[in-house]
Amino acid sequence: MTQAIPRFWREIQSRYNLVGSKCGSCGKVDFPPRAVCPDCGRKSIGKMQSFKLCGKGTVVTYTTIYDAPSQFDMQKPYVMAIVEMDEGVRLTTQLINVKPEDVKIGMKVQATFRKLGQDGEAGVIHYGYKFRPAGS
Amino acid sequence: MKAGIVSYGAYIPRYRIAPKTIGAVWGNDGEAMGRNLNIRAKSVPGPDEDVITISVEAARACMAKVSIEPTDIGAIYVGSESHPYAVKPTATIVAEAIGATPVLTAADFEFACKAGTAAIQTTMGLTISKMMKYGMAVGADTSQGAPGDALEYSASAGGAALLVGTDHVAAEINHTVSYTTDTPDFWRREGQRYPSHGGRFTGEPAYFKHVVSCAQLLFKRAGSQPQDYDYAVFHQPNGKFPVRAAKQLGFKDAQVDTGLCVRDIGNTYSGAIMVGLSAILDEAEPGDRIFAVGYGSGAGSDGFDITVTDAISKLRRDATPTVKRMIETHEFIDYATYAKFRGKILLREA
Amino acid sequence: MREVAVIGVGETEFGELWDRSFRDLGIEAGLKAIQDAKIASEDIDAVYIGNMSAGKFIDQEHVSALVADYAGLADRHLPTVRVEGGGACGAVALLQARLAIASGMYDIVVVGGAEKMTDVGDVQAAEILSSTADQEWESVFGATFAGLYAMMARRHMHEYGTKREHLAAVAVKNHKNGSLNPEAQFQKEITLETVLNSPMVADPLGMFDCAPLSDGAAAVVLCAADRARKFTDAPVLLKGSGQASDFLAVHDRRDLTTMDATVIAGKRAFQEAKLEPKDVQVAEVHDNFTISEILAIEDLRFVEKGKGGPATADGLTALNGKVSVNPSGGLKARGQPVGATGVAQAVEIVRQLRGDAGKRQVAGARRGLTHTLGGTGATAVVHIFERGA
Ligand SMILES: [Zn+2]
Repeated sequence: MTQAIPRFWREIQSRYNLVGSKCGSCGKVDFPPRAVCPDCGRKSIGKMQSFKLCGKGTVVTYTTIYDAPSQFDMQKPYVMAIVEMDEGVRLTTQLINVKPEDVKIGMKVQATFRKLGQDGEAGVIHYGYKFRPAGS
Repeated sequence: MKAGIVSYGAYIPRYRIAPKTIGAVWGNDGEAMGRNLNIRAKSVPGPDEDVITISVEAARACMAKVSIEPTDIGAIYVGSESHPYAVKPTATIVAEAIGATPVLTAADFEFACKAGTAAIQTTMGLTISKMMKYGMAVGADTSQGAPGDALEYSASAGGAALLVGTDHVAAEINHTVSYTTDTPDFWRREGQRYPSHGGRFTGEPAYFKHVVSCAQLLFKRAGSQPQDYDYAVFHQPNGKFPVRAAKQLGFKDAQVDTGLCVRDIGNTYSGAIMVGLSAILDEAEPGDRIFAVGYGSGAGSDGFDITVTDAISKLRRDATPTVKRMIETHEFIDYATYAKFRGKILLREA
Repeated sequence: MREVAVIGVGETEFGELWDRSFRDLGIEAGLKAIQDAKIASEDIDAVYIGNMSAGKFIDQEHVSALVADYAGLADRHLPTVRVEGGGACGAVALLQARLAIASGMYDIVVVGGAEKMTDVGDVQAAEILSSTADQEWESVFGATFAGLYAMMARRHMHEYGTKREHLAAVAVKNHKNGSLNPEAQFQKEITLETVLNSPMVADPLGMFDCAPLSDGAAAVVLCAADRARKFTDAPVLLKGSGQASDFLAVHDRRDLTTMDATVIAGKRAFQEAKLEPKDVQVAEVHDNFTISEILAIEDLRFVEKGKGGPATADGLTALNGKVSVNPSGGLKARGQPVGATGVAQAVEIVRQLRGDAGKRQVAGARRGLTHTLGGTGATAVVHIFERGA
């Protein structure tokens, strides 16, 4: 799954720095940023502001992946989780620095910066967030 | 006007491999090798870590200790000999990841293990001259020794970032001097995967000559003596060289101990002296004086005479893990895992 | 709205069909359905094809015209439509064809569904399946398709005490049903231990919790109900259809253990049919993973929320249980040629309602339901069928 360069590049702010959006109408935070608030609909158009998440959250559910596309060969098995951020919005992320058997629902985690993949040995390297146990 | 360290941050990957484990693969007495090098373990980057991620972690840890707008940073320089890209700067990614873009200058530095200290000197000049408010100097590496080579016992991964400026200075740089000659003791040619070195030639004519000469210049410039310092830190390619150099210069073990991280994490190359300096800053008190001399093969040494100020107590030093804590938080791996993580296993095209 | 009936069904066997191409499969299913309906090619007004990803699997887009062409219909210059909706595309095609007839525009439409998945390697095929999840905010980070369903399973276990044995019971039941279906990819029964001991794919889902990659096609002939008797004595009426969508990414959904799209599609279909879940004797639901069937029977209100696991283990959804779920073997045992799924489910329900289902016949089946998912549940389609009086 090679990512075209601009396709990854245009998401850098969200992937590096967890930049989402906040609805100017109801205050709901979305990640990645949305042009329309799912709660307010038309009322929110033109009122969506850029908003940076604090990077802290809680594990809502998780899995350990054993069968993965070849670009993840090096990391197998690895843990994926859905994390509810302190701002309320949820995202899907890899969990690192933790053994699969030690992951728990409700566990506090924080964002970190890692390599997500690359377009082969000669291609562009993609970076972005992964999460680790808070305080690790 | 003097420039100094406004904030600092270090990062050490959590994986470790022991000399004994490496020796077992190559038919060497790894434990003896480790004792000889004064290295108990070396850090290993995870498969998703490289100089860019280490630099970002260090830079973020640096910014987490202060309430400074990242956009006030006018320059970011990242020193390393293992930048993931041969062409395409590490520094721009660091700048983006700490929110310092777009109004700044950025570049990658290379001078073997002293690229990071060269970046410190550059940012000192830029801030003293008022060209910018702050500059960030990063030193980081994920260096490799060829499998089976003596370097494999020490070449490790880690890095540190220093925010340099002239206000909110937590540690003032009173003096800096450099000592540089053309001495080919260690190198890596373009396109080569592993570095080469001159064996024992890396010792006397290279490391010791430059470190000791630079240190003596610094004493002269500062009008100081070893006993004037609370801490001393040197480039640490292994645990033996810096201890010997310190002794030769008249420092006592107690002055050197705090910054001698190599024993637990190996040689982090461009990161080495800056991680050591970070370990010192983690515990330093106002008024403490630090003597720091780095070394880069090829060859040169940068020396710094530093005094910790009252502002150190305003740094949020507990905002991110200390160097000591990162040294303690580790997971040992076997050689097969190490070989996999470090790309030493031939894979099919992904 | 004109009532619509199914007057003919056809399908290929499902499996790794090395010697047959995409067009071979599409045509076989289509011709069987046309033959079954006893219509002539002149009777056909349009062709609708459900296909998820021929572009990626066989490098061929524009497959609706292709299938009509190789079915010998090129000279008729029929309108042909290819419908995409992830794994639900066949069911969406069926719904669109139904609307076209109900509107009065067409009288007879052939609806096909086909996928040729084994012309690429299985790692690549799994990646193509994953492309119905959110590529930018799930897949890029390493979330595989199985992984996303595994996270729903984990949460279901956490909230309702569902156990791996409950998930495994779905696979055991569907393999048992598959053993009675001569067209199924797997016609062998398996034990609970086999499922539990299978290698992990994405914890808690093992290899036997996942439906296979398959080649195959299915087709039905839809006809305006008022004309159906001209062709058959046993028309099956399409009494209700519901389709719904949801957030594309699993993490954005209201509840990780409920597929709101299924709940709403089900409500819409039952409402239109003026029926309740208890009125249905047989259902083909989207069991691409074992957890999916548990969520489906809960969200379609066959069982109480959270009770899907124990209900399955207790045999409530077994052949001739309270409601017979996936008598064909489901995606799990019958096979999963993605684009064919929704149409193949309809084929099975029609067979059941006609009393043509052989050894796997559900006794007294009068009304049946199909439930089809796109992606991880961002699309769901429910159709309710009834035996013509
Ligand atoms: Zn809103």
